[in-house]
Amino acid sequence: MAALESPQPATATAMRHAFGNVLSVLILVLIGVLAFSIRLFSVIKYESVIHEFDPYFNYRVTQFLSKNGIYEFWNWFDDRTWYPLGRVIGGTVYPGLTLTAGTIWWVLNSLNIPLSVETVCVFTAPVFSAFASWATYLLTKEVKGSGAGLAAAALLAMVPSYISRSVAGSYDNEAVAIFALIFTFYLYIKTLNTGSLFYATLNALAYFYMVCSWGGYTFIINLIPMHVLLCIVTGRYSPRLYIAYAPLVVLGTLLAALVPVVGFNAVLTSEHFASFLVFIIIHVVALVYYIKGILTPKMFKVAVTLVVSIGMVVCLIVVAILVALVASSPTGGWSGRSLSLLDPTYASKYIPIIASVSEHQPPTWPSYFMDINVLAFLVPAGIIACFSPLSDSSSFVVLYIVMSVYFSGVMVRLMLVLAPAACIMSGIALSQAFDVFTGSIKYQLGGSSNSADDAEDTNNAPKDDAAAGKTDKGEETVKERSSKKGKKKEREPVEKPSIKSKIKKKALVLPLEASIVALLLLIMLGAFYVIHCVWAAAEAYSAPSIVLTSQSRDGLHVFDDFRESYAWLSHNTDVDDKVASWWDYGYQTTAMANRTVIVDNNTWNNTHIATVGTAMSSPEKAAWEIFNSLDVKYVLVVFGGLIGYPSDDINKFLWMVRIGGGVFPHIKEADYLRDGQYRIDSEATPTMLNCLMYKLSYYRFVETDGKGYDRVRRTEIGKKNFKLTHFEEVFTSHHWMVRIYKLKPARNRIRGKAKKLKSKTSSGWSSKSAKKNPWI
Amino acid sequence: MVKSTTKDAQDLFRSLRSAYVATPTNLKLIDMYVCFAVFTALIQVAYMALVGSFPFNSFLSGVLSCIGTAVLAVCLRIQVNKENKEFKDLAPERAFADFVLCNIVLHLIIINFLG
Repeated sequence: MAALESPQPATATAMRHAFGNVLSVLILVLIGVLAFSIRLFSVIKYESVIHEFDPYFNYRVTQFLSKNGIYEFWNWFDDRTWYPLGRVIGGTVYPGLTLTAGTIWWVLNSLNIPLSVETVCVFTAPVFSAFASWATYLLTKEVKGSGAGLAAAALLAMVPSYISRSVAGSYDNEAVAIFALIFTFYLYIKTLNTGSLFYATLNALAYFYMVCSWGGYTFIINLIPMHVLLCIVTGRYSPRLYIAYAPLVVLGTLLAALVPVVGFNAVLTSEHFASFLVFIIIHVVALVYYIKGILTPKMFKVAVTLVVSIGMVVCLIVVAILVALVASSPTGGWSGRSLSLLDPTYASKYIPIIASVSEHQPPTWPSYFMDINVLAFLVPAGIIACFSPLSDSSSFVVLYIVMSVYFSGVMVRLMLVLAPAACIMSGIALSQAFDVFTGSIKYQLGGSSNSADDAEDTNNAPKDDAAAGKTDKGEETVKERSSKKGKKKEREPVEKPSIKSKIKKKALVLPLEASIVALLLLIMLGAFYVIHCVWAAAEAYSAPSIVLTSQSRDGLHVFDDFRESYAWLSHNTDVDDKVASWWDYGYQTTAMANRTVIVDNNTWNNTHIATVGTAMSSPEKAAWEIFNSLDVKYVLVVFGGLIGYPSDDINKFLWMVRIGGGVFPHIKEADYLRDGQYRIDSEATPTMLNCLMYKLSYYRFVETDGKGYDRVRRTEIGKKNFKLTHFEEVFTSHHWMVRIYKLKPARNRIRGKAKKLKSKTSSGWSSKSAKKNPWI
Repeated sequence: MVKSTTKDAQDLFRSLRSAYVATPTNLKLIDMYVCFAVFTALIQVAYMALVGSFPFNSFLSGVLSCIGTAVLAVCLRIQVNKENKEFKDLAPERAFADFVLCNIVLHLIIINFLG
């Protein structure tokens, strides 16, 4: 009987496992499809176009890569931006994204699938978000099991915070970097759990891919040492920890130094010191454990006292040297961006450019609910679930979520790093909750199978009388309830159950109706989450921001002014003409209009940007001087007053003043404010009404409606009828959103005082003619 | 006080040596390799202190290759050591194969970075 029975349950469990595996694979495929399709709203609502500003630069670089090959790309010096300085693209760009898209394009084209570079770029982000949800499944499976993994993967496929940076068309670093981040963490946890050097190698390679992709790799190289330190301090040191950490540090530092953007920063900047410090600490700890293992306890105590006394002295010396080294650099060795993360007020005091980017501001409370929605409630439950039982991997995810919550509180752009952690935690919480509820339901409904188990374990019967008494009571109440509901089959008389785990299991059992209602509520919670995510993806995060739309009485109105003006530029100006604008539009101008710009979104040179800012804030003559010295031919401004577009240059103007004033002290912000208020109406200061930005934005604006009513600032403008003396208008787009002006050439005839100056200088064609002012 | 400390130190060294003599030969071989690698790294650091750190990438790759093989050898020792309960079902051949693979990756990086 027993021999006949045993193959049956074995094949039954094998069948169940096989069925479970197939179901898991199917669910994962569906999650991948979901992650891909939810990001396609912008392609459906608008068109397959690249969004925003930064993706245009990445697109241009990918075009260059696909046309000229990898060696040209690696050594590319771009002379069409930051004129006259140029930019070393090979050395200042994170190559991961462009190399990934370039490889995909090349592979597809060699298979004779003729996708254009633009299509590959637009759809890279959704494809990699599908990969990211699979990586989340793997990571959470290592922490808590495959049920939690599937829940976490489903949550990550839809979380709005990740959708916002990876819609189809948002071709930016985060599109592949989040996948690399989660995958690196998965391999780290896998190495930690298995202690296999093979996974440690893969971990280092995945870290290399992350370093190639995004500047946020410093998060990994600081989080993992923190976790190792946490494990050591809580007494969880094991050889697997050493294998997981030490090769990663060595290989990771070398691989990070291979990427030109990072270079020697991998060993010289403070962002990496934590990893070296913990590297030393883990070696010390490993040595201590080894010696403890081979010595007797008495000798070990002697060793400890000896070593501590000598080691203290050595340590103090080393620490003193380190402190001196670090203090000698003005920022303590940290880069500006990292320092503004640690001290949120740093950027606003010292680096106005970092402070002016809207993505670098701290988030508001509603943005948490918008971006991770229901997960905000589930995360604390997940943290508690991670503590029972606490393992190395669950302590890692707890540390991950705590750190990412802190950093997301500093900079709204880092909500993106919080999203995977929140999904993992919520997946764990949901899976545990489902386990408890479905377990309770199964237990309440499956009375006969339970007593069959009881029949097998009667050997411990006499021992737990009191326990039996308790369980009797429990079963009786259960029986009452089930009889109340009028459901069930008869329960067989209670054998003395007597296994402690049975008692524990019964303690976890909830009443039947409570479980069913709770299950339904959880499913409804999930439904609300899905509805919110789809709404956020469709309405909030799918705008390409290069094409604007608005609903009016007579239907949908499309504002395509940006592309119209870039096309005008590319068709009506010479290839070598230089265009000056505020740095926001630099990438788009070089990518779409194919003209040389003065400053662009890379913002690596503050003085150059301050020069352009000063020019925009100066009166016409002085501005003409500055632009002429930079060989500028055209000036581009963005103006939203006619249609009510709020992100135009007049709204950004105070930042131009601040950044310009930071380098050129004759520009003072107070000159442009009336009583501390920024206005452009009749109460504005004369400096404001005479500056170039005002004139270029509002030239001939009064012709539109006779009164010059600015729809964004909601007032009539101050100076209405004026002529431009040094610039001439060459193009205004359909809705007046983009206005392009040409610098008037220097006058041939010079009258008045300048004649005397001219006779003094030697020749009129020398380079000094730029300094000579022909406008007197 | 000092006498007892020196006596303690001598006792300590003696017990350390006697405990170490008992380790199997293959582990001692790995330990010698680790010491050799660390010693080479120290020589390179001393050379850099004498001659200056240009070109820095060569110095970095040289030192980190020594430290890297030392770390990987320690990992191999951990996995091969019979006393480690966690790795008792890991075949030593598999451990060695992992060690070789990781070293290949390390040295590919080194050669690329050596300049």
